[in-house]
Amino acid sequence: MSEIKKDLKYTEEHEWVMKEGETMLIGITDHAQDSLGEIVYLELPSVGDELSKSTTFGAVESTKSVSDLYTPIDCEVVEVNSEAETSPELINNSPYKDGWLIKVRPSNQDDYDSLLSPDDYESLINEK
Amino acid sequence: MKNNFNINSPIHDFDDSKSFIDRHIGSSDQEIADCLDFLNYKTLEELVMDTLPNKIILDVDLDLEKPRSEESALNHLNNLVSKNKIFKNYIGMGYYETKTPTVILRNILENPGWYTAYTPYQPEVSQGRLEMLLNYQQMIIDLTGLEVSNASLLDEGTAAVEAMLVAFRSCKNNKNTFLVSEYCHLQTIELLKTRAEPLGINVAVGHLDELFVKYEDSFFGFIAQYPDTLGTVKDYDFLISKAKSQDAISILATDLMSLLLLKSPGEMDCDLAVGSSQRFGVPLGFGGPHAAFISCKDKFKRLLPGRIIGISIDKNSDVAYRMALQTREQHIRREKATSNICTAQALLAIISAAYAIYHGPQGLKNISLKIHRIAKILALQLQNSGFNIINTNFFDTIAVKTTKSKLSAIKKKALKKKINFRYFSKDIISISVDEKTELDDLNDILFCFGIKAESFNDLDSEINNNILSISKSLLRKTSFLNHEVFNSYRSETDFLRYLKRLEDKDIALNKSMIPLGSCTMKLNSTSEMIPVSWTSINSIHPFAPKNQTLGYRLLINDLKNMLSSITGFDEVSLQPNAGAQGELAGLLTIRKFLYATGESQRNICLIPSSAHGTNPASAVLAGMKVEIVKCDDNGNIDTIDLADKIQQFPDKIAALMVTYPSTHGVYEESISKICKMVHDAGGQVYMDGANLNALVGISKPGHFGPDLCHINLHKTFCIPHGGGGPGVGPIAVKSHLSNFLPNHPLNSDAGPKSGFGPVSSSPWGSASILPISLMYIYMMGSEGIKKSTQVAILNANYIASKIGKSFPILYSGRNGRVAHECIIDIRQIRKDHVVSEEDIAKRLIDYGFHAPTMSFPVPGTLMIEPTESESKKELDRFCNALIAIKKEIEKFSKIEDPKESPLKNSPHTFKDIVDGNFNYPITVAFPAYLDSTSFSYISPVGRVNNAFGDKNFVCTCLPIDFYAEK
Repeated sequence: MSEIKKDLKYTEEHEWVMKEGETMLIGITDHAQDSLGEIVYLELPSVGDELSKSTTFGAVESTKSVSDLYTPIDCEVVEVNSEAETSPELINNSPYKDGWLIKVRPSNQDDYDSLLSPDDYESLINEK
Repeated sequence: MKNNFNINSPIHDFDDSKSFIDRHIGSSDQEIADCLDFLNYKTLEELVMDTLPNKIILDVDLDLEKPRSEESALNHLNNLVSKNKIFKNYIGMGYYETKTPTVILRNILENPGWYTAYTPYQPEVSQGRLEMLLNYQQMIIDLTGLEVSNASLLDEGTAAVEAMLVAFRSCKNNKNTFLVSEYCHLQTIELLKTRAEPLGINVAVGHLDELFVKYEDSFFGFIAQYPDTLGTVKDYDFLISKAKSQDAISILATDLMSLLLLKSPGEMDCDLAVGSSQRFGVPLGFGGPHAAFISCKDKFKRLLPGRIIGISIDKNSDVAYRMALQTREQHIRREKATSNICTAQALLAIISAAYAIYHGPQGLKNISLKIHRIAKILALQLQNSGFNIINTNFFDTIAVKTTKSKLSAIKKKALKKKINFRYFSKDIISISVDEKTELDDLNDILFCFGIKAESFNDLDSEINNNILSISKSLLRKTSFLNHEVFNSYRSETDFLRYLKRLEDKDIALNKSMIPLGSCTMKLNSTSEMIPVSWTSINSIHPFAPKNQTLGYRLLINDLKNMLSSITGFDEVSLQPNAGAQGELAGLLTIRKFLYATGESQRNICLIPSSAHGTNPASAVLAGMKVEIVKCDDNGNIDTIDLADKIQQFPDKIAALMVTYPSTHGVYEESISKICKMVHDAGGQVYMDGANLNALVGISKPGHFGPDLCHINLHKTFCIPHGGGGPGVGPIAVKSHLSNFLPNHPLNSDAGPKSGFGPVSSSPWGSASILPISLMYIYMMGSEGIKKSTQVAILNANYIASKIGKSFPILYSGRNGRVAHECIIDIRQIRKDHVVSEEDIAKRLIDYGFHAPTMSFPVPGTLMIEPTESESKKELDRFCNALIAIKKEIEKFSKIEDPKESPLKNSPHTFKDIVDGNFNYPITVAFPAYLDSTSFSYISPVGRVNNAFGDKNFVCTCLPIDFYAEK
């Protein structure tokens, strides 16, 4: 079974969001990295990019698949994980910690609450 | 089956006109009867009636001439093409005469070990051609001075288009103008315009200096020809840096032979280079097939189209080659792919790489120097005789300005001497000399200009003090082809053994069955291949005057008529160079038709979720918007979802693309209904002809609904796959579309005046391999073609029945029958035994078989297509291997450590055996030793690590010290 952290929020596109004061961290879930297999390439936005909800902000690639990354909330990118860009295996090895993708400043803090709870996410992946 | 004649048999009994049918079809009539019996049928007709929707079955024979024996077909074709007139060609424009080294001709071009191989998707059984393609990439990288090359594209014009699209995608500021030098080859300019228009790219053609001023800060890239179409060599340093300062991409269309002497595009800081490698040993062939190249700076590698060969490691950490960064490609990224390009020109790229290895860097440079010297002698003599040479800075092409009346006198004399010059305008002639031009030929050229040549020795000594040459600043200063491979095989003995060593690493059709679903690896017979080497076929320039190419025209018309008759469509274009180019050509034909009929708002292309990845990628390039139609549980198009989509987009449906029989290997019963639904909504039905080999002779797509289809001559009509190209993808259309088919700027006979433009550089694409398909049809006739299809269906159903107990068949149609291929489902096995489709595919290599198609169209499955050319004996051998593997899966089910399972460790190598690594807790056979009567194969490398290669991307030959370090 893949791990679902209790202190995070989730999206239907298998991303997690962590609140860190004014900013938020975004990554992909353990379930997502497991289904993708060995990740070989990561495409991330640039610092300063404005992202709007539900649009793609990048992609993760294994040798045989490409998955788009979807923006969970309207936000501005304040930092990208350049270490994960050069060593994408970090996402496989540590999806919730070292393998985070981007740090963002949300346009509206309340958007966080509308994301999926850990339980909602768990039932989502169990359905499939 | 052979009849038993006796001493009293009358002469007409010995008629051998149908003899080839038995050669092409693998099983004897007795074996066919045995397979039918196994399936409880008495006749092939009965099987077909039970398999296809009866409404679409033909009740008459095809209207073709009666079959010919191999000899008779060859004689007939020879009579046709002997009407071609062979002239000496100085036309240039990207096509030059070349000397194909005979050792390459015999051991690669004419060798089934190379030409019958498939695209190297299974890297372990493809190491030989992967190495040669890597050599090709190294050669392109060295000569163009850039960092990354792919393993070839279809032709120079489409390579230029692909480069423009790389530039367009990499540009982030919404600029949409692309600048094109008016001195690019004309066919390239027209291709750029044709392909740019549907994508909203504005192509501006003119003098680059002026265009740079006019479009300052508003263009995303530019392309120039280097040397240009009239032969001028100039430095693009300044324009490239100017473009860079405006965030625009620079592209040079260039020529490998000249780059041996000239400063490379990379040294000018150019971003991308394209061109043709034809003149490295590949005959003119009336325009193709030839390998085109594209190379780029490292930062563009993820936008590069087509296949890229890379280096990785195998399970033992030994070096192994494979295709890299496949996530760029259409089979994964579909409508978001960098290109619709699926195939390459592998065989031709391999020949060009072999040409470079054969000559080595100094040998190549000497060829180039000689060509340049000959050009200089010619230019000097012309100048001394009072002719005006426009381009004093040239490599191999001289442009002479004269008068209209003098030009026509020269032309007259040239015809008499059987010489083709390029008549660029009413008063400009250009002459491109090449590897085959000798001093004697100069006498003939000069004769046409009314000049009696001076002593060439005197001219030669005069040259070094003359301005006619390449300016010093443009001479190449960097070395090239320093890798060992280009410096190791000087003698023919060594070279021959290198080629053989590579060939033996690979599985091709001359070794065993290649059961790739959707790929149709049928026999490519020797008689079909013989004409490809004829002088009357391969020494014709694509832009030779019409009256020299009568033989080709007869051949082309014959093939077009036969393809029309076989498919039931009204008109055919032979121009597209591959299946995906056929798709694109078909969709652009539809687009042009819609614009002409005032329906330009129709821009939605409906595509079933089971379609080949090329379908959505081609639709995007035709300026259409892709809407996916779902498939039901049986793998058929979901007609309810189709109806919904049609309703959702009233007056917007341009086309539906449908593969028939479906990519799931089933004849959908509802095909005619589906076509009617789309027609009622005002759309056109495009049939993807990937599986046409399951219809020819028994059903005509032109009769059951579709408006057009493409035909993969490299599947259905026997053109070999060449290890990943060439392909030929003609399109066949109903009469309402025929005025909108592709045409060509340099040949008004190549398509309708009102056509949408060219899709290939040359008027009839890969003309020199069309005889392969023509020979096939000549020798098979209506009877043979029909029987081929019937036996292909029989063989697939035989396999499905035979292995069905071991592996469930995922989809079947009416009466439980599959079409010409079947999908076996591995998903439950994966859950129960932790063995994947990949493990089975790789274990099959140990049994001497190329794997079936993996995970297409459904993940977790294998798709098997036997074709009609495999005998019952080979089918049984294959089925037995799969059944044996199923037993191994069960045997090793409880073994948890993957190191202790032969399935996880396959394929096994000699090294495994020698090192004692074929040693498992449960006894298991080493299959290569099982069967001494058929082919045994041991993989040259262990299972290739794909992720390692994509994370550590290397697309060049390894440096020598890499091996030293290991």
